[in-house]
Amino acid sequence: MNHLPLIIKREYLTKVKNKSFIIMTILSPIIMIVLISVVAYLSQLNNNKTRVISVLDESEIVKDVFKNTENTTYHILENMSLSDAKTIVKETSNYGLLHIEKFDDFNKLAKHIKFYSEESPSLSLISGLESKIEKKLTNLKLQKKGVDVEMIKASKISVNLGQESFEGEKTSKIDSIIKLIFGLAAGYLLFMFIIIYGNMIMRSVIEEKTSRIIEVIISSVKPVQLMLGKIIGTSLAGITQFIIWLVFGGLLMTIVSLVLGISLFDSSIPQQELIDAATNGGSDMSFYFESFKIALQNMPFVNLIIAFVLFFIGGYLLYSSLYAAIGAAVDNETDTQQFMLPILMPLILAVYIGIFTVIEDPHGTVSTVFSFIPLTSPVVMLMRIPFGVPLWQQLLSLLILIGTFMLTVWFAAKIYRVGILMYGKKPSYKELIKWIKY
Amino acid sequence: MNNILVTDSVSKNFGSFKALNNISIEVPKGSIFGLLGPNGAGKTTLIRIINQITMPDKGTVYLDGELLNQDHIRDIGYLPEERGLYKSMKVGEQALYLAQLKGLSKTEAKSRLKYWFERLEVGDWWNKKIQELSKGMAQKIQFVVTVLHEPKLLIFDEPFSGFDPINANLIKDEILRLRDNGATIIFSTHRMESVEELCDDIALIHKSNKILDGKLVDVKRRYKTNTYEVGIKTTNNDNLDQELSEKFSVSKANFKTLDNELKLNIKLNSGDKPNEFLSYLTTKGEVSHFVELIPSVNDIFIQTVKNN
Repeated sequence: MNHLPLIIKREYLTKVKNKSFIIMTILSPIIMIVLISVVAYLSQLNNNKTRVISVLDESEIVKDVFKNTENTTYHILENMSLSDAKTIVKETSNYGLLHIEKFDDFNKLAKHIKFYSEESPSLSLISGLESKIEKKLTNLKLQKKGVDVEMIKASKISVNLGQESFEGEKTSKIDSIIKLIFGLAAGYLLFMFIIIYGNMIMRSVIEEKTSRIIEVIISSVKPVQLMLGKIIGTSLAGITQFIIWLVFGGLLMTIVSLVLGISLFDSSIPQQELIDAATNGGSDMSFYFESFKIALQNMPFVNLIIAFVLFFIGGYLLYSSLYAAIGAAVDNETDTQQFMLPILMPLILAVYIGIFTVIEDPHGTVSTVFSFIPLTSPVVMLMRIPFGVPLWQQLLSLLILIGTFMLTVWFAAKIYRVGILMYGKKPSYKELIKWIKY
Repeated sequence: MNNILVTDSVSKNFGSFKALNNISIEVPKGSIFGLLGPNGAGKTTLIRIINQITMPDKGTVYLDGELLNQDHIRDIGYLPEERGLYKSMKVGEQALYLAQLKGLSKTEAKSRLKYWFERLEVGDWWNKKIQELSKGMAQKIQFVVTVLHEPKLLIFDEPFSGFDPINANLIKDEILRLRDNGATIIFSTHRMESVEELCDDIALIHKSNKILDGKLVDVKRRYKTNTYEVGIKTTNNDNLDQELSEKFSVSKANFKTLDNELKLNIKLNSGDKPNEFLSYLTTKGEVSHFVELIPSVNDIFIQTVKNN
């Protein structure tokens, strides 16, 4: 008798009909949107505030580089002593005072510039001031040595390497960034999914144990069936929740950004990079939009989607069977701690490896090795795939994952079978191993 | 085939602990079979093996002449001692789910549930959650769920715990009715008076071994000691007491009488006939009380467990 569909249906319906599940499903996107809006709003406020910086330039040669901008106003002080300037700045409660002493030697002058302020100033402000003064002094020194500054400017050449693979696919810096975003998103999604719904599975196993219905159930169905039904049913509920979050969240996001006029999408990395690249490199924006388009075209989308589905399912099932086994081994949630660490460790490790080594070198030894180790492979491999992973590596990794998954389900089912009927004491690892032999 | 269930030398170990040692029992069709034993004797393990929750290390189990297999799940109804239901699930949904797991179709399960709910007066609980019910009410639901698929073999582990006397009686009558309708019932309990009242056959398990089994009357016959409880009125009680003590093994008896009778438990010697003994007694005085002492299940239980 195959009761799997029946069990899946029950698990799914109980999860979806659960009050806290419904509340979480509706509330989470709202809370997220509110938080994002607040942060976006506040950071806009922050940007809108103009800072007034007083400048006392005794050398008289630097002050003309300070041009007022949207966020910063420079107030040039003249013909007064440093102490007078300090008092004035304090009284007017300006942000700070830049003091430049008078020296004929530029090198000496450069060493006698000070910034006075109430609070310690932000790093970006200091480096902004430094670069302005540096540029000015360098130009002055060049002039003094008889070098034509205009000629240097005119002879400057900006280089943008056009990247192309041997197969003729055009790539660019933007390309890597886009790939990184897709990879990180996929890996992170899996990570979140495992943690949220793995826990849900564990709790539902514990609930069956504490309500003592378990013995009635397993006199009708095999424990493995019950376990798989639970995992699949809960996952379907999870996918439902995720889809609702995506749709509902996206909708809310659009509405909020329209109503409040706050652009919530503005701060995303690619555009920032685009602007930086455009202004620094000096080339026109259209080039970057072009490479943005190429980047998207270059994404191995078919591969990514297929791999995402396969690794997602494999990784999720692997971990959730472990969660189910833990749930079966203990009596209540507080006892789960000692078993949670070995599960969370490889998961967190995978995410960190993804962030640090895949970015650095997606095909390096560390990322390659960890994309084969089954407990980390789903996350790491998903992060690597946008950068183009050879098919044999993907298949091998998937094969190892499936093999481990089957082994884990077998092992988890053993623990589950014995554990669900054990009450009273918290088992040690040694006892768990003994259970496998029962 | 007269036995619905046969276990043949079933053994089970948990690590180094021997939970069952060569247990062979035969449960006759249509009987109520008492599975007895002190706590931790191995009863639950045996029941779980019959339910295919755990597998035996050694030995075989036959249900209705066939080797026990997955198809037999729907032939067995099991009410475990540690029982419960999904707390936040509605009574009706839950009962339907459990019935479907036992192989009933949804419509069939629904109509049978209606019948049983009316029978046990639980009609309007369909949409209530288990956590809103009292323990006794939840137990009733549990009972209905156990018997709903009309299995050939019903296994009840302490079925009366949690019931008030009225409902316990209701359940007892239902169990007897199920037996009369052809089901066989295995009954595991520590309440010896209900064993006395209900069981046709018993098996006693102690420290993983079966130490006693058979028809309840046979067991009692085996354990009776040919002892009679006697009340007799004489002119001189002490003299008769003396006389009887010389002939038989005698001990003081304890029961209520109206007059000042000599009250004794008298164990007859082998070969003595009760009728002859009674007529002998009538020559000594007026016999107001003469009862054969049949050992109670309780006595048998305590005696055998102690001796082992």
